[in-house]
Amino acid sequence: MSVRALLAFAAPTALALGAACGRGDQHSPADAPVARADGRGAAVAHPAGNATRYGRYGLGHPADARRVAALDTDVDTTGAGLPPGRGAYTEGAAVYARKCAACHGARGEGVGRYPKLVQPARRFDRSPFGADPGVPKTVGNYWPYATTLYDYVHHAMPPTAPGSLTASETYALVAYLLAENGVVGRSAVMDATTLPAVRMPARGRFVLDDRRGGPEVR
Amino acid sequence: MTHRDEPPETDGPAMGDAGFAVDSAARAPHAAPRNAADGASPLVTRRALLAGAASAVGSAAVARWSVLAAQGAGEAGSAPTTPPAVPADASRVPGLPSAALGTRSPFERPALAPVGVTSGSSLTPLQALQGTITPSDLHFQRHHNGIAVIDPARYELLVHGLVERPTAFTLDDLRRFPAVTRVVCIECSGNGRGAFRSPRRDMTPQVVDGLTSNSEWTGVPVALVLAEAGVRPGASWVLAEGGDAAVMARSIPLEKMLDDALLVYAQNGEPLRMANGYPVRLLLPGYEGNMSVKWLRRLEVNARPTMTRNETAKYTDPLPGGKARLFSFVMDAKSVITAPAHPGRLSGPGWWPVTGLAWSGRGRITRVDVSADGGRHWAAAELSGPVLPAAHTRFQYMWRWDGRPARLMSRAVDETGYVQPTLAQFRTVRGRGTDYHFNYIRAWDVAADGQVFFAADE
Repeated sequence: MSVRALLAFAAPTALALGAACGRGDQHSPADAPVARADGRGAAVAHPAGNATRYGRYGLGHPADARRVAALDTDVDTTGAGLPPGRGAYTEGAAVYARKCAACHGARGEGVGRYPKLVQPARRFDRSPFGADPGVPKTVGNYWPYATTLYDYVHHAMPPTAPGSLTASETYALVAYLLAENGVVGRSAVMDATTLPAVRMPARGRFVLDDRRGGPEVR
Repeated sequence: MTHRDEPPETDGPAMGDAGFAVDSAARAPHAAPRNAADGASPLVTRRALLAGAASAVGSAAVARWSVLAAQGAGEAGSAPTTPPAVPADASRVPGLPSAALGTRSPFERPALAPVGVTSGSSLTPLQALQGTITPSDLHFQRHHNGIAVIDPARYELLVHGLVERPTAFTLDDLRRFPAVTRVVCIECSGNGRGAFRSPRRDMTPQVVDGLTSNSEWTGVPVALVLAEAGVRPGASWVLAEGGDAAVMARSIPLEKMLDDALLVYAQNGEPLRMANGYPVRLLLPGYEGNMSVKWLRRLEVNARPTMTRNETAKYTDPLPGGKARLFSFVMDAKSVITAPAHPGRLSGPGWWPVTGLAWSGRGRITRVDVSADGGRHWAAAELSGPVLPAAHTRFQYMWRWDGRPARLMSRAVDETGYVQPTLAQFRTVRGRGTDYHFNYIRAWDVAADGQVFFAADE
């Protein structure tokens, strides 16, 4: 994934939109106390351009490490943010049965409008999503990063008590779901080291947005 | 109603009086999942809100008028009401006294639909609206686990990560920055999914495309807030995280954040509506609505995207051939006719305005064409103005209907030269199984008897 490529793509759009904001109006805080020519008080900074062009207003309050740690609970693709703890298939199956099966079905097959969770990747190749909206997109056939599964489940599941799963319960659930989807074996133990190393079957399926306006339809 | 932004993660049964309630926050932590909507103790109920509004009116009103006034108050909560008592000649009887809050005429009953949704969407009744601004209480809602209830006195936005000074901002702090006001539309990138996958003749503009709304937003540029914390070298992305029960989070390119992103605390002149992110949401003009994270509690400046669920498993667009488009942020140009449209009916031949909304995430709309013969001939519509970038633009075309069956279409063009594609073009480049960004041309059939139906036969 090339971040540079994305930013290069995004730049013209940003400029087009930003142009409407009146870039000519820029003032830094250093300018702000200066009364306007019409005598109606200080000029106002306007949004545009690079933040480094602005000074500071001195607003906000320092956030110490403890305050940051309390909220900084996301997990990225490198595994940064994964907490201590570990879990494997058997515990995961038990947690799943207790806290997930009521909505997602006994084996992750989905119930009613609750989404299917288990669909091994092989069907992906036979029936691309672009051709058939009926193919369920699941952990096994569509999710590109295993860390996303921990991040999402730990924050948002179960919906009746989001954030209530322990780290080890979450690792165990992740191990269970990855194994049911055929991504890892049932003996795999998930923790802060093993989870980011899991290579998802759909990892190579994503391409960066290539739309860029103009006459071409993409 | 089946039109949702995506298959819901959780059930979204009607919650009766709980209405827009936030029941999940009040539920015991280990309640059974299947009882998501049962036995809830909503922190706020519509009934409680109405009681307040009704008493404010009733105490001052003449008895026979209080019925009408209460109906007006009821309208604000979209409760069904009995027909209003109307004098034969309003100039011969004293009128109503004023009330604390203005209410709609009881003859006007626009409503979001479906309602009672905690994981899914409530759509804006586009066919009921004029001009370009969406009334705040009719702004579409897409929730991932209900509406977060946040005390503004305890609200904080944390800015950290690759910054010199991790900083927390209170709501008062954010309001001390120089404010910016901008009219911008927010469109969910799932808008139009139902019509694309399962079109039906009885779909209305609300059902087809009601996941777009247009507001005047006021807030502080993200660039100014990031400057307080001091962005460090190596930063490329910012994780924006909501404080709702889904902890909705998206990775935003730093470049967008420094360009025109806003932290908004006001909508159409007053604090944000609770369902639209009170007290603070992110606003990314031109980008898919999901990224304008509501109830924003944290901005983490990063070297790379986090790859959250909602930027990988969701909000990615499958393409023909098995690949899927990642980071498809910008909403391409699109237009929708809001009248004539189902369930409207033309009473007879003659002149009729064909009107609707057009917008582009890439800038201003430069032209909207209208066709009355299924796209064989096109004529330029009038852009009624204002014409603003990444905002709804009202278009209108006076059409002389000859009384024969007709197929109405609209086609938007934006300042980059992009032309809204036909359904056939869209299917070719995106595939029938694709998802999100359904911006192809819609069509409405006018029958000889004047009835109008969504063209679902293509």
